[in-house]
Amino acid sequence: MSYKAKFKVWRGEGGEGRLEDFTVEVNEGEVVLDIIHRLQATQAPDLAVRWNCKAGKCGSCSMEINGKPRLGCMTRMSTFSEDETITVTPMRTFPVIKDLVNDVSYNYQKAREVPSFTPPADVRPGEFRMKQVDVERSQEFRKCIECFMCNNICHVIRDHEENKPNFSGPRFLMRIAELDMHPYDVADRQETAQEEHGLGYCNITKCCTEVCPEHIKITDNALIPMKERVVDRKYDPLVWLGNKIFKRSS
Amino acid sequence: MGPREVERSAMTQTTPEAPARRQRAQVKVRTLRTDRWWLVPLVTFLGLSSFLVYGVWAIIDTSNFVEPYIAPFAAPCLTTQEVCEGARLFGWAPVGDWYALPPGLLILGLPGGFRLTCYYYRKSYYRSFWLSPAACAVQEPHGKYTGETRFPLIIQNIHRYFFYFAVVIGAILTYDAVLAVVHKPLGLGSWILVLNAVLILGYTFGCHSCRHITAGRLNHFSRHPLRYRAWTFVSKLNAKHQPLAWASMFSVMGADLYVRLVAKGIIAFPYA
Repeated sequence: MSYKAKFKVWRGEGGEGRLEDFTVEVNEGEVVLDIIHRLQATQAPDLAVRWNCKAGKCGSCSMEINGKPRLGCMTRMSTFSEDETITVTPMRTFPVIKDLVNDVSYNYQKAREVPSFTPPADVRPGEFRMKQVDVERSQEFRKCIECFMCNNICHVIRDHEENKPNFSGPRFLMRIAELDMHPYDVADRQETAQEEHGLGYCNITKCCTEVCPEHIKITDNALIPMKERVVDRKYDPLVWLGNKIFKRSS
Repeated sequence: MGPREVERSAMTQTTPEAPARRQRAQVKVRTLRTDRWWLVPLVTFLGLSSFLVYGVWAIIDTSNFVEPYIAPFAAPCLTTQEVCEGARLFGWAPVGDWYALPPGLLILGLPGGFRLTCYYYRKSYYRSFWLSPAACAVQEPHGKYTGETRFPLIIQNIHRYFFYFAVVIGAILTYDAVLAVVHKPLGLGSWILVLNAVLILGYTFGCHSCRHITAGRLNHFSRHPLRYRAWTFVSKLNAKHQPLAWASMFSVMGADLYVRLVAKGIIAFPYA
C-alpha cells in the first residue's frame, strides 16, 4: 500500500534556512531515509543528506525527525500515521553545512582530547591476559556507532553553546569510562573526566540513553559509575583515608 | 591530486568558513516534538509534590504508633516525648526531653536526603521541577547552566553517605515489620509494613552508590568473585531502580498513612 505523505524538510546552508513542504509517495516497508532519497530523485535534487550503510551501523544518517534525534535509516514510516506531517531537520547541536548535513567536527576534536589506551610500561603486546568478566562491562560501550545523537541531545551543549569547550558529551565521557574500567589501563582518567571533560556538568537526565540506537545504557553503566569513581577520588574523605591507611593507589 | 585531496578540496568548496555557515539550524521553536512530552514531567511533578506535602503532614501528625504498628515516617523515634511512646527502637531515646520539635524531623532527613541525592530522583526533579530539560530535545528555559560542577549541586556527591544511613533505616523498618507480623500475623497492617520493607530494601540496595561500593569501583572482577556476584545482583536491582523508587515512595506513604489511620481509630475492622 502506498500513500502520499506530507513532509517538512529543513533546507538551507549554515544556520540560515527554512522548513520546506513536500508531498511525497511512501511505500510499505520504507524508512524515512528512503523518503529523503525519493525527494532527492523527484523533487529536490540538491537536497543534501549524509548516509552510508542504511542498516543502522554506520551512524551517518543522524537527523531529527519530529523533533527527536533518530537514524533516518532505522525510522520506519509505519510508526507515523498517514495524515501526519513529518518534520525532518539536521541535528540542532552542531553547525549545518547544508540541509540535513551537520558539521560534526566538535566530536572529532573531543575524541582527540581523550588519551588513548595506556597499558603499563612493563606489559608488552601479546602479554595481556584478561578474563571475560573483566572486559565485558566495557564491551557494551564498544557497540557505539558514533552517530553522535547522544551528544546532540545532551542539553548541556544543545541548549548552552558556551559549554562546548568544557564538556565532551556523553559519547566521550563513555569512552573515558570504558578506558578507566579497563584492567590494563593506567592513565589517570578520573581527574581529567571531572576537570577537563566536564563530567560534573552531567545532571543524569538520561536523554543520551534514550536516543542511543545501540541501546547502550550510557548513563547507568558509564556516566554514573564514572561519577562514583570521581567521588572516590575527589569528594569522599573515607575513601581517601582508606587509601592512605592501606596504601592503596587510587 | 589524490582522492583524499580531491575530497578535502570538495569539502572546502561546500563548507567555507563564513560565520553563517558555522551556525546551527536556526529553528525558532522550543521543540519540534509532536508527542505529549510534557505528560511525564507533569505526572512526576505531581507525584513528588504529593510526597513532599504528605511528609510535612506526617511530621506534624502525632498518631504514629498503635500496637504493634509503627508508622514508617516516625521510625525510630529518638526522643523521650510522649508522642513517641512505643515508636522507639529498644526504648532507646538518645535525644532527651529538651527537644520540643516534631520527632520526625530528627530522622526523616536521612531517608529524605537519600532520595534527594539519588541518581534517579535527580533526573526526575531536574526534569520536572527545574525543567533542565523538561524532556529530551525540549529547550530548557535557563540562560546559563553549570550542572553539578559547583555549590550547591556539587553536594549531590555525598549520596553514598545517605546510602549508609538508608541501609540502617531499611533495617529498622524491616525489624518493625517483622515485629508486627510476630505480634499480629493476621493483621493487614503487618503485611503492609512487610511489603513496604521489601520495596524499601529493593530500592536501597539497587542504588547506584551501592552498585559502586559492592564492586563497581573494581577493574578486575575476576580477582573478587564474591564481590562480583554481589555486583551482578545489585545491577539487576539497579536496572529496576526507577520503578522501585516510585513503588517504595508510594508504599512508605501508604503504610505510614495506614498506621496513622488505625491509630486514630478511623480504620477499625478486626484484622486491621
